[in-house]
Formats: sequence, structure tokens, C-alpha cells
Amino acid sequence: MSNVYVADKPSAAREGRPSGRLLEVEDLRVEFRTRDGVAKVINGVTYHVDAGETLAVLGESGSGKSVTAQTIMGILDTPPGFVTGGEIRFHGKDMLTMSAEERRRIRGEGIAMVFQDALSALNPVFTVGFQIAEQFRVRRGMSRRDAKKRAAEMLDQVKIPNAKQRVNEYPHQFSGGMRQRVMIAMSLALDPEVLIADEPTTALDVTVQAQIMDLLGELQRERQMGLILITHDLGVVADVADRIAVMYAGRIVEEAGVYELYAKPAHPYTIGLLESIPRIDEKGQQLRTIRGLPPSLLRIPTGCPFHPRCPMAQPVCAEKVPPLLQLGSTRASACHFAEELVKRD
Amino acid sequence: MGRYVLRRLLQLIPVFFGTTLLIYALVWAVPGDPFAGKCGDRACPDSYVQFMTEKYHLDDPWPLQYVFYMGHLLTGDFGQTFGGRDISEIIAQAYPNTLKLALVGLIIEAIIGLTAGVLTGLRRNGFLDNLVLVSTLFLLAIPTFVSGFLLQFILGVQFKIIDPTVSSEARFSELIVPGFVLASVSMAYVARLTRTSIAENSRSDYVRTAVAKGLPQRRVVGVHLLRNSLIPVVTFLGTDLGSLMGGAIVTEGIFSINGIGREVFRAITTKESATVVGIVVVLVMVYLLMNLLVDLLYAALDPRIRYE
Repeated sequence: MSNVYVADKPSAAREGRPSGRLLEVEDLRVEFRTRDGVAKVINGVTYHVDAGETLAVLGESGSGKSVTAQTIMGILDTPPGFVTGGEIRFHGKDMLTMSAEERRRIRGEGIAMVFQDALSALNPVFTVGFQIAEQFRVRRGMSRRDAKKRAAEMLDQVKIPNAKQRVNEYPHQFSGGMRQRVMIAMSLALDPEVLIADEPTTALDVTVQAQIMDLLGELQRERQMGLILITHDLGVVADVADRIAVMYAGRIVEEAGVYELYAKPAHPYTIGLLESIPRIDEKGQQLRTIRGLPPSLLRIPTGCPFHPRCPMAQPVCAEKVPPLLQLGSTRASACHFAEELVKRD
Repeated sequence: MGRYVLRRLLQLIPVFFGTTLLIYALVWAVPGDPFAGKCGDRACPDSYVQFMTEKYHLDDPWPLQYVFYMGHLLTGDFGQTFGGRDISEIIAQAYPNTLKLALVGLIIEAIIGLTAGVLTGLRRNGFLDNLVLVSTLFLLAIPTFVSGFLLQFILGVQFKIIDPTVSSEARFSELIVPGFVLASVSMAYVARLTRTSIAENSRSDYVRTAVAKGLPQRRVVGVHLLRNSLIPVVTFLGTDLGSLMGGAIVTEGIFSINGIGREVFRAITTKESATVVGIVVVLVMVYLLMNLLVDLLYAALDPRIRYE
């Protein structure tokens, strides 16, 4: 994997981490009750993020990474989605048992979210200034004028040129990249401790993607936020993430530091993902893919959900669900053969 | 924006000529003799018929009559009835009553329709939703002349809560029941349109964003959801004022309101073509101006729409 560039950046997480975890998801279970049956979308997801740390959640579409984020935010559509188990602890307190009012107060100030498609996520009939300023007005009791001024400052912080004028414009008057900056400015308005970015660059073209990722990384370091970066793009995460959690069929199948994961993946699915990145030195050859399709969540395969697609599958894989086991102090993998994979050279 | 309004106003000119020509031709095509029964039991004297025929150009082909008529109209002269009454006087008397009736109807329609639509759109498939669904079906299915006579009989005759007929001043309080009857079908439309619009928009991404921002529920609904959902409803309400005025003929008849519906009906039966055209011309202008107003309102409500 030497061809994958990994930035050797100092992790802010190692300096002055508070004693308790900032945000922890533990054994979360979510199902969607549809007409066709019950789809088990999240099947025991456990991850955490601390202040000043970036966790990348990686997975194909349908792996449950966005649903986990929506459940944390409390914006899961119910019905059809129902939380059937687990805990989501913010500063050690389970949010799933909180009152609706308590949860609302956490949104925006404790945990905020950046959505994938800023055009549909922003309200088309209000100016961006109004949409940012209303948080200051509703949550901080600021006057209309002060809130507007703060909104312009927020736009300035995400490096939108002419922020003072553009604050009066509507979302459709911004380009895709600028719109995503507006979205980021809006999510950061109340200075959240955790920011969840759900595929923030998927709808953008490649040069803009890099700018937005840089901006997110910069803001995260400045503000010492915990950042959960949801993506299906391995290229996006390498520069900014501290740790990576790989999801498959509503489970975490591997979790490791970004360097460890790229250097020596400990799950066949992660290996497949890394191998499917197009490589410049293999130009002209066919792209490598993971054979088969992600399973239907209505009928998740028995045992390890990845076994029908796994090149290493053994009879045991179809029978026993491999638990997410620690491999050393910093990484974990849910594969029966994880230790062999790590030892292999 | 100014240029757009100007262009729209200029467009009114051909529409104005087209509609008046059409109405003129239609009234002319109605069979009958304008002087039948004009002079009591006996036939009108030839001298009178000849005088009137000349005065009103009745022997000329109708397109020529139309040209004469328009010539007068453009100088502000609506002409006279065969009885010698100024048509502008009839219009000035009848229009305020119809406008009042239509406005009362529009207000009732907006308040009840919007409230029902918002409540059911937010809580779909509940008891209220089903209740509104059934009652809107009723309103849509019952014709105005049935609901009008029914309410007049029950409220006016049986329980004597209201006067069965409206007095000549047509006070607003008297117009509540007739206004309800007039607007009942539109009210059902408004309720359903609002419900659909609210239901659709409540699943939209920007509503989810508003929730994720930690805004209170009443602000999410009252500001973010409502503003977007009301755009189609407001435009419907705007155009509906014209329809209500034009459709008031049955309601005016039932509650004997002195409005344009009655005047038009009387003018058609007596073949007073100038009166019919005069009243309808004003109605057409109201309709066209309301349409323009709605289009401008649309741009004000939705910043993505700009008229250049």
C-alpha cells in the first residue's frame, strides 16, 4: 500500500484529551419497518469520537453510515426507522433516553451536522444570512442586526469572498462549493463540540472537494472539535482523518488509525476497498472490484455478512458472526482471520 | 421587473379585444327578439322598432356593431339599455355587492381551508385527517345550488338564525353564509392542496436541516415548512377571487343578492347584449389583473423566480 499517500500529521487528539469520551455510540441497532419487511440497517455499531479528533466512517452506500449519523442527530425518519437498541452517549449521558427538549438543545450547540447536498439542505426561500442568523436569534437571543453581523462573520470564517454582500443572497445564487461553505458556516454557528459531516464533498467536483476538505480540517483543528467524517471515498479521508471505522451491512468491520489501516488492513473488505482505488501505475489494466453486491438489508447473510463476497471465506464464515475484536491497543477487526491478516507480510 | 409588468399589461390589450369579441358574438347568437314583450301585451309599434334599430345599429352585421360598441367603450361609455338606463350605473351598483360576497368567500376559504390543510398535512392518517378527507369529498360533490338552498332552508327558515335573503345593502354579516356556500368547493381544494404541499415539504431536506439546527418545532413548521408550502396555495387563492366573482350567479340567485350574477342573467334573457358585454368586460379585467398580481406574488414568495 506504499502508493497511498498518508500525511504524517500530529494528532491533536493526543494533547490534552478530556478524561471522559465526548461522543460514544455503543451497540446501536436501528431497523426500518417497510412494507417488504424489516430491514436491519444498523446492527450493533460502536464508535466514539473525542475532542480534537477526526473519525472517518467509511462504507458503501447502504452500509448504514448515514443512518447512524441521523440517529445521533435525532433526525431519523420515524417511521420507518426505529432504534431498537444501544446507547448514544454525549458527555457520558445517553441521548436516546433524554427528553425531546434536552435533545433539541444538544443539536447545533453540542452536535451539528453538514449535509451532502447543500442545495436541497438549505431553505430555498430564505437568504443564507437569515438561515445562519436565526440560530443566533433563537438560541442566543441576539437582535436581528447583531445576528446578521455574526452571520457575515461566519461566512468570512469559511472564506467566502464579499461575505458582507453575499449574506443577503439566496442559496441558488451560490456555486456548489460556496454553497457547501455556507452549509459549514451554518453548522458551526453555535460552536458545536462535535461536527458530523455526511459526505460533504460527494456532490462537488474534484478540485472543490480538496478545498472543502482542507477547510473542514482547518476549522476542526482551530476549534478542537470532534469531527465525524462520513464518506465512501478513501481518497478524501487520508489527509484529514485520525482514525477510520469501516462499515459493512450495518456493522463496523474494522477500526484502526489511518496509517495502520492503509498500511495493513485487517479485514478482507477493507483490503478490497483499498485495492479498488484506481492506480496510476496500473494504467490500462482493468480496475479491481469487489465481486458481488452489498447484501439486501432485508436478508442479511448468516454468519459474517461479507462472506458471500469474500475471497478468503471458509465454512466457519457462513456460520459464526465474527465479533469486533481488539488487535493490540489501537485497532479492531471483525474477521475470523484478522490476526493472520495482520501477521501476514 | 418593471419591464415584465409593462409587458404583461400590454398583453392585456389583445386578450381584452379577443374576449369582448367572443362574448359579443355569443350574445348575438342567442336566439330571440329584443323587442318581444317590451311594449306590454301588444307588439311594439313599427316606428319604435325602427327608431331603436337605427339607434342601436341592429340591422348592421354584428362585427360592425362590435366596432361601434368598442368605439364607445374606449371613450368610457358603456352604453345604455334598451330602456335607456346607463349600463355603467348598473355595473357600479352590482359590482360592489359581488366583490363583497367574493371577498367574504375568499376569507372563509383561506382560513378554514388553510387551517384544515396544515393540521392534516402535519398529522397524516389521524382522526382529523380522515374527517377532513370525508368532509372535503362532501363539499366537492355537492353542487352550490344544493348546499345553498339547504343552508338557506335550515339556517334561515327552520332555525331562523339568519335571514333567508340578503338585504339590499348586503352587509358583511349577512354575507357569511352565502360566502361559505360560494366558496365551499374552493375551500375543499385549498384544504387538499395545502395538505399535499405540507406533506411533501415536511419530508424535504431543508426541514431536516432546520431540525438539525436545534430550532424549536414551532419555528421549523411555522417558518421553514409553511413558507414553502404556501406558495402554490396562495397562487390558487389569488386566481380564485376572479372565479368566485364569475361563479357567484347561483349563490346570488339563491340569497337574492343584487350582484352581477343577477344582472347578467336578466340581461341575457332580455337580450341586452350591451349589458352582458359590459359586465363581463369588467369581470375579465378583474380576472386578468388578479392573474398578474398572483404572478408577481409568486416571485415575491419564491426568490428563485425572477421576471426579466
